[in-house]
Amino acid sequence: MINSRGKWSSPIALILLLLLLVALPAYGPSEYTVILITNILMYVVLTVSWAIFSGPTGYISLAPAAFFGVGVYASAILSSDLPLAMVVPIGGAASFILAYLVGSLTLRLRGMYFTMFTFGLVELVRNSVHWWEVNISGTVGRLIISADNTTVFYAMVATFLAALLASYLIKRSRFGLALRSIGESEEAAAHSGVNVNRVKVVMFAVSAFFMGATGATMSMRWTYIDPTLAFNIQFSFMPVLMAIFGGMGHLYAPITGATIVSLLEEFLTTKFPYYYMFLFGLTMLVVILFMPYGLEGTIEKWRKKIKAGLRSSHETT
Amino acid sequence: MKLLEVAGLNKHFGGLAACTNVDFHVERGEILGLIGPNGAGKTTIFNLVSGALTPDSGAIAFKGQDIAGLKPHEITRMGIGRTFQSVKIFSKMSVFENVLLGHQFGKGKPSNKKGAKEETEGILEFVELSGMRDARAVDLILANQKRLEVARALATEPDLLLLDEVMAGLNPTEVAQAMELVKRIRERGLTILMIEHVMKAIMSICDRIIVLHHGEKIAEGSPGDVSKNKTVIEVYLGE
Repeated sequence: MINSRGKWSSPIALILLLLLLVALPAYGPSEYTVILITNILMYVVLTVSWAIFSGPTGYISLAPAAFFGVGVYASAILSSDLPLAMVVPIGGAASFILAYLVGSLTLRLRGMYFTMFTFGLVELVRNSVHWWEVNISGTVGRLIISADNTTVFYAMVATFLAALLASYLIKRSRFGLALRSIGESEEAAAHSGVNVNRVKVVMFAVSAFFMGATGATMSMRWTYIDPTLAFNIQFSFMPVLMAIFGGMGHLYAPITGATIVSLLEEFLTTKFPYYYMFLFGLTMLVVILFMPYGLEGTIEKWRKKIKAGLRSSHETT
Repeated sequence: MKLLEVAGLNKHFGGLAACTNVDFHVERGEILGLIGPNGAGKTTIFNLVSGALTPDSGAIAFKGQDIAGLKPHEITRMGIGRTFQSVKIFSKMSVFENVLLGHQFGKGKPSNKKGAKEETEGILEFVELSGMRDARAVDLILANQKRLEVARALATEPDLLLLDEVMAGLNPTEVAQAMELVKRIRERGLTILMIEHVMKAIMSICDRIIVLHHGEKIAEGSPGDVSKNKTVIEVYLGE
């Protein structure tokens, strides 16, 4: 009984969520809600795609801002000539290529070294773009012909769906299995026939694709961008934080984590603009201390408890 | 027929000679034992044959093809499976998933989902782990973890299986079961090269034995010959 219900609960929840999202611009309370949800979805896609690679392998990447920013710039350059439906995949492809090249060079680094490198990558790309604008193109920053909020919103929903689908398919495939084995022992994985470097590099690039696509979509919502905005390191830290908060095992975990943290951020910045950072940090500290496995860990623990409770009450009667 | 042929193999770690001019071969269908005191270079030879290390010089031919310097996954896909001295199972994955991984990435062509499931379950049955199919690997006792590692290697469909101390740390009953398993693996048509310290096991199941000492081969022959060899008794058995 419990099993058959559990099997259908995720697809039903997903369809309900989609219906709500699709209906939002027409029936939603206000334009503000559409913008707010777009923003939340942006973080959800970043977190879900970050978890595709870093979740199972344990390679903590701080590169999302680099891939996001590349998407933003690709979109800024192309949006005047091409339709949105083409700009978004191109933005993703640009990040895919960058991640593939960077991954080939650096995915032999492990642990802290890999993390520090990815952190440095964001600065490197940001400064390179800045240098280009100062010395070659002559103007820093550029204006964008932006799309209206509803269009951006639907583009973000589509990106979200694509990322979710990719994450689901990878999890179920032999590459999902390979990623998990790499997280536990690269040596044993290699001796079981897994081409460890190739799997790492390709999956790192796949996760970067969706970060770039998100950047390309978000770029349409802004009227002006410059390197500091596009490559803001916040786009690196937030997905990691959200994934830690939500958990990375089930598909729902990074989605829930990203949603709650972005709502919390929105609430704190509007209600406590002066203490926002302090309260945000405090909340994160408490979460990490008391929920080491994130929201997901706590939920799974309760689920087990309830199941055990049901079983024991069943036995006594 | 020679399945594996190693000639003039050398490997140095800084000033330490882990393997000096080692020659040996493995006949198709035999069980060849590799023994020697700690630090004799047994595991180094496994690492060289399986691609974890690249030899400084020397040739390693598998089915007539030179494999020295190939990557581990390439060697696995050519048909050499291995286990590790200290078990390296995927502890957070289930028993089934551990074996499935070997099946999906090994020598055989990845089959469809149903075929993969059946074949993986067949291997679990063969090593007698069917009952623990869904348990997390970390929750198994050592003897079963070692079995699981063997199962994962078998799932890659090897012609040659390298077993690195599969009996170390097991109690006498478990050792007997492990010996039984090794014999059954040979009956499946596999060739086995094994490192082992449990002398009872090595003497009763190996067709031939190679003795290493300080990275050099000091003796080779049937278990009977080797156990009577003077040098061997001096450095290893007696002292």
